[in-house]
Amino acid sequence: MSDSLAGRMGPSPNRAVPYGQQSSSANLADILERVLDKGVVIAGDIQINLLDIELLTIKLRLLVVSVDKAKEMGIDWWENDPSLSSRASAARSRQSGEALDGREGGNALAEENDRLRREIERLRSAAELPAGEEHADEGSASGGGSAAGQRPSGQRPSGQRSSGQRPSEKRAARGTADGDGARKRGR
Amino acid sequence: MPVPEGVPGAPQQAQESEQARYVFAVGRRGAPLDAAAAGLTGPSGAPVRTVEGAGLGALVSDVPAGMYDEAGLKAQLEDMERLETLARSHHDVVAAAYEHTTVLPMRLATVYLGDGRVSEMLAERGAEFEALLSRLEGHVEWGVKVYADPREAAAGAAGESSGGAGTASGSPGRAYLQQRRRQRSTHRDTYRAAGAVAERVTELADGVATAKVAHRPQQGELAAGPGENITNDAYLVPASRSEDFKAAIGGIAEDVPGVRVELTGPWAPYSFATPPSSPQPHATGTAGDGS
Repeated sequence: MSDSLAGRMGPSPNRAVPYGQQSSSANLADILERVLDKGVVIAGDIQINLLDIELLTIKLRLLVVSVDKAKEMGIDWWENDPSLSSRASAARSRQSGEALDGREGGNALAEENDRLRREIERLRSAAELPAGEEHADEGSASGGGSAAGQRPSGQRPSGQRSSGQRPSEKRAARGTADGDGARKRGR
Repeated sequence: MPVPEGVPGAPQQAQESEQARYVFAVGRRGAPLDAAAAGLTGPSGAPVRTVEGAGLGALVSDVPAGMYDEAGLKAQLEDMERLETLARSHHDVVAAAYEHTTVLPMRLATVYLGDGRVSEMLAERGAEFEALLSRLEGHVEWGVKVYADPREAAAGAAGESSGGAGTASGSPGRAYLQQRRRQRSTHRDTYRAAGAVAERVTELADGVATAKVAHRPQQGELAAGPGENITNDAYLVPASRSEDFKAAIGGIAEDVPGVRVELTGPWAPYSFATPPSSPQPHATGTAGDGS
């Protein structure tokens, strides 16, 4: 895809043709965001109060990503950006409801701390996965298929394992990312 | 398509209930506006003409009233193909008119029941339109989008690091995790780089443009091209400086792997045709902070 950068930059000068020439080839998303969202808004004779809602639906469907797909790709920076995410501000206001008023900054920090703690926990359990002997076995066994298949499914829940068997399990269980760690191991 | 006034003896009310007036744009009354209307057709095939009032002129086209009442509009706007047809038709008229003279683009589907109502509207909003026309005179709009594409950056980096990765990967699991870790840091680096490019774009563009509006980044199924759109801004640029603007922004991300800058335009100044009383909440710089 090394040509994609050049390919993308290439058309730009060509688009700079005399005014109006680009209209027929203009990207639909670019057109829609202008004709639906911009321009002079005047109340026509058709009452379109309801339409505002419909337009919003269209915009959401066409111009806003499926959030799940973005997360799948590991893109989630907007989640903690109040200007981009209603969820972040919702979480924030929820927190400020629990705490004293006027401590929004502290709550944001606490939220960030929680997030980072979960991330560390997740990374730690992930990093130990190949290091542990049993996990290494599991990795190669799942390639062969037979050993993994023989493991009784009852041993899966972490609570049923003997505590000495898996130190990493214990550590993860103490953290907030217990469920996450268990899920990773179950892979 | 018969124009109601041109049909003698026909009951005015009945005529007007069958045809509505679709308003594309408003400009100053006069020969340039008339020339702009000439030869254009609206979404239903009727010619574009001008309706005057208070020294201004509206570019209108007759449309079947039934397709532009509330139910009709809803049906048109919710159907992707019909929406595209209408949007392109609206945009084509606005763009063609803007070649002749400065006009204010109306929001999609601004519809009046008759010419008289259009004239009334022009008279009511005349002062506001005059002010906007004066402000936008001689300007065009340029769109600048910055994209981050970690996959492209990863593809570029894969060649460099593949030798080292080969020796380190003892088990498939470990190799997988190392790969994940690399991906994660490539992600972060690419978004940082894109944020830096976006800041540079803003700096350079501000030197040429007279105004800026931030659009929501395009992230839906219609968003073109690979990568994530992190900023999507519109700049109001004096038409005489369009070349300077393009030159300033053009090659800005050429050497930055995984970052792409897309320039679109010139557009009629859609993004600046709203009264300045409604400031947009603005997300400048947030993309660069993503970690």
